[in-house]
Amino acid sequence: MLRSEQKPFEEILGYLEGEDKIFILGCDGCAQASQTGGLPQVLEMKERLEREGKTVTGYNAVDFLCQKALVASRLRPQEDTIMESDSLLVLCCGVGVQTAAAMVKKPVHPGCNTINLGGSRGEWQGEERCMECGDCLLEYTGGICPLTVCSKGLRNGACGGASNSKCEVSPEKPCGWEMIYARLKETGRLDMMKKFIPPKSWNKMRPKSELLSTPIWALEQKDESREEGTG
Amino acid sequence: MALKEALKSGKFAITTEVGPLKGTDISEIAELAEILNGNVDGINVTDQQSAVMRLGSLAACSILVEKGLDPVFQMTCRDRNRIALQSDLLSASVFGIKNVLVISGDFPTLGDHIDAKDVYDLDSEQLIWTINRMNEGYDLAGNELKGKTNFFVGAVVKPVSDTNESFELQLVMMEKKISVGACFFQTQAVYDVEAFEKFMKQAAQFKVPVLAGVIPLKSAGMARYMNKNVSGVFVPEHMIDDMAKAKDKTETGLEIAAQLIRDLKDLSQGVHIMAIGWEKKVPDIIKLANLA
Repeated sequence: MLRSEQKPFEEILGYLEGEDKIFILGCDGCAQASQTGGLPQVLEMKERLEREGKTVTGYNAVDFLCQKALVASRLRPQEDTIMESDSLLVLCCGVGVQTAAAMVKKPVHPGCNTINLGGSRGEWQGEERCMECGDCLLEYTGGICPLTVCSKGLRNGACGGASNSKCEVSPEKPCGWEMIYARLKETGRLDMMKKFIPPKSWNKMRPKSELLSTPIWALEQKDESREEGTG
Repeated sequence: MALKEALKSGKFAITTEVGPLKGTDISEIAELAEILNGNVDGINVTDQQSAVMRLGSLAACSILVEKGLDPVFQMTCRDRNRIALQSDLLSASVFGIKNVLVISGDFPTLGDHIDAKDVYDLDSEQLIWTINRMNEGYDLAGNELKGKTNFFVGAVVKPVSDTNESFELQLVMMEKKISVGACFFQTQAVYDVEAFEKFMKQAAQFKVPVLAGVIPLKSAGMARYMNKNVSGVFVPEHMIDDMAKAKDKTETGLEIAAQLIRDLKDLSQGVHIMAIGWEKKVPDIIKLANLA
């Protein structure tokens, strides 16, 4: 899930300067859960914009705004209204805003900021996070990722700034390297602390172009390899 | 004596540090160079200390070289990627700077440019390793350098910890830093000599010189502030009392620092005096500690 928060209303009004007819688009997926772009927030935004003298031509909350096919089918009945509007205000994460902008030939304004969650998480979300770094270090760090658990993302060990096992950057959070040290100690693998991790290839974090091109790349790869196998 | 030679000779080494100011006015550094010349073996120049933007350590170190001192170029991993770090190391070498002290660096949010992007492309251990490769004549990509560096590389360690885990972790970090090429250590400020002794009993096995950190107290309030906010600093209550009761706080603060140095002399290979605004008083501290 992507977490978002609404931008300050003044900032949104600034985007809409010189425009009158606004279509508001929300998302009944993550933005609904974040309480930033579900139907209640869309209606609230409608009221606030009307109080500022704007004309809200129409609104919708699509589930999910990141799904182009859904966006197309759900917005088709409102196509004329959208085309008569000056612009769209999208209350959603950055993905939804981009999807809307790709689907509708109208200026699209982002109404939310997408919040960084410190790495991607599993479908059932806990504290563990993955940076998708392309060069996993978990073998050496007791199964706790130093890139996501340490505020500085240090690979070889603690910076020495912790007080009472709390991080110098965010004192409400435990020192990641003390966690790693404790885990290695507990599992009898403290020798790992002595292993030097050489400079990281950040280049491996850059996604390959085929990974950016289509959301179903994995299926396509699978099909190709199957074809190759039978041929 | 220069720092490396002092430590090699077995002399009890004295280093101190200066923090460049925000701006282009270098009169203070020039004045401190005059005062400290001949009194210390090495003089650290902090690198954007506390993540507050100032004149660079490289430029200030270069001025100190010109004035005949042996600066220790502090380098944090916070602000520069590996290209900039290596390039600055080459520049430092060309300016005649011989010592580098590697630190992670306080996070940008603790300083005066809280929106800055933190870098940490290399961590401390990786930077120490990189400098040693440059000393061997190669950059990180494996390219040969036309003219190699010859740095004496130091690192930092926190000898006194609030948890056992942190204490053990610091020793492991020290060992790792040595394994990648750290040749000397400067420590966080020490006030608890017994706790420092406990650390040195463990650290002695590494046979690498340790310069114990000393920060002269200016007031009881400063001591309490550091106890609360500075990781690894533990000023004992009796010292805070002495400072609170002192008629002449400067005299008492300097005397406590001198006494600490006398106590640390048999436990370490040198001291690193971080005067934090009292740089001009460093020669007095050295005299009071009977090191002059």
